[in-house]
Amino acid sequence: MPLHTMKRFDEELDELKTHILAMGGLVERAIENAVKSMLEQNEELALKTLERDKAINALEVQCDEMTREMLVRRQPAAGDLRFIMGIIKLVTDLERMGDLAAGIAQGMLRAEENPPRNFSNLDIMGEKVVRQVNRALDAFSRGDTELAMLVIEKDAGIDILYKRMYREMLTYMMEDPRVIGSSIILSNVAKNLERIADHATNIAEMVIYMERGHDIRHVDHEAAARLLSGEDNH
Amino acid sequence: MNTSKINIQDLKLWYGTEQALHGINLAIADKKITAFIGPSGCGKSTLLRCMNRMNDHISSCRIEGEVTLDDKNIYAPDVDVVQLRTHVGMVFQKPNPFPKSIYENIAYAPSIHGIAKKGVEMDELVETALKKASLWTEVKDKLHQSGTALSGGQQQRLCIARTIAIKPDVILMDEPCSALDPIASAKIEELMDELKSEFTIIIVTHSMQQAARVSDNTAFFYMGNLIEFGETSSLFSQPQQQQTEDYITGRFG
Repeated sequence: MPLHTMKRFDEELDELKTHILAMGGLVERAIENAVKSMLEQNEELALKTLERDKAINALEVQCDEMTREMLVRRQPAAGDLRFIMGIIKLVTDLERMGDLAAGIAQGMLRAEENPPRNFSNLDIMGEKVVRQVNRALDAFSRGDTELAMLVIEKDAGIDILYKRMYREMLTYMMEDPRVIGSSIILSNVAKNLERIADHATNIAEMVIYMERGHDIRHVDHEAAARLLSGEDNH
Repeated sequence: MNTSKINIQDLKLWYGTEQALHGINLAIADKKITAFIGPSGCGKSTLLRCMNRMNDHISSCRIEGEVTLDDKNIYAPDVDVVQLRTHVGMVFQKPNPFPKSIYENIAYAPSIHGIAKKGVEMDELVETALKKASLWTEVKDKLHQSGTALSGGQQQRLCIARTIAIKPDVILMDEPCSALDPIASAKIEELMDELKSEFTIIIVTHSMQQAARVSDNTAFFYMGNLIEFGETSSLFSQPQQQQTEDYITGRFG
């Protein structure tokens, strides 16, 4: 795409993208560390994750200021408008993901005295969710709508993993009341991961809106695929 | 589906040997505001002027194709251009009131065309036109003062009142706000929004924000070609053509 006549506008858009990717990087690491802190019962890592959430929040505020400034000064249209609108929504998703990662770290700290005896599939779920976040951010970075569609498609698998873990925790609780506390914490951790994956899906949907102008939220996957392939213009 | 008021079919226009419009096809919706945008020299004002045959005054101008108003070709040999212009009024970039009183500015054309008789009927027509142009409250006590003594924004609204006094179907506006300050421009924009329930309005504007604010449909022209035409909200958020995207995002030239 050609550059803007106002070169500064291009620089601002680049800066905004860099900020988002930096924020995304922090969020990704926060999720990884939060899950790891739980699996390894590592208090230090949990505290570090909580600390990192402040940096994520600070980046959210900075990104909001940048988008507000650009709306006022540039009055963006077309692709620029979709990009900035997408960023406004995407920033909120990233910030929420940071909060959910912090929630996992807090869960670890609460479970410290009575840690879960077995973590079920938390390691696998953690890996898959981080992969989803990573894919969503890559799709944003490269403007890759195919990758974004893959993120949306893969979300169902995360939901299945969550339900499986939840059922497992229920079984443990019924079998042994002493594990109720740790099982509740663990199923909350799984819930947080499932919600993080939902936010990754939101980002993927925004990438499609930014790149192609199609709003595929609340549209089933097949209809969204048809829309993107140009078969359906509604 | 909107009914179209004006239909432009394969319209080509030359100034001497230079072609300014290259086969334009466009349907202007009835009682909607259509904006023409594009860089200088793209043909948008030329096209606007085709719609009430203002280009007839330019001797080197040659036109091919068809422009129909209510399905009647306005370039047909039997068309009376003066009559045509009572149906298709025009407001120009620079307010150009006659050097006469506010009242006479409005009453002049209706009296020539026999639309109203002098006296109460004309008084009513002047009042209605000024009210429709949102100027009545500001000038009702000085109707016999010169129109040229008004502020720029008031003069432009006087010109709009003068245009609507002869009850046209279509109002062409050629950059009507470019000589006005933002408040006067906002008043004209508000007025356009009110007038579209009665008139079909076509506006040429260099301000994309203005096009986005006031129009229902937008046409983007470049080098004498119609590049894209569609609903304003779609065109400004999701243009289909790369040239439109480049122009409205400020990536041109």
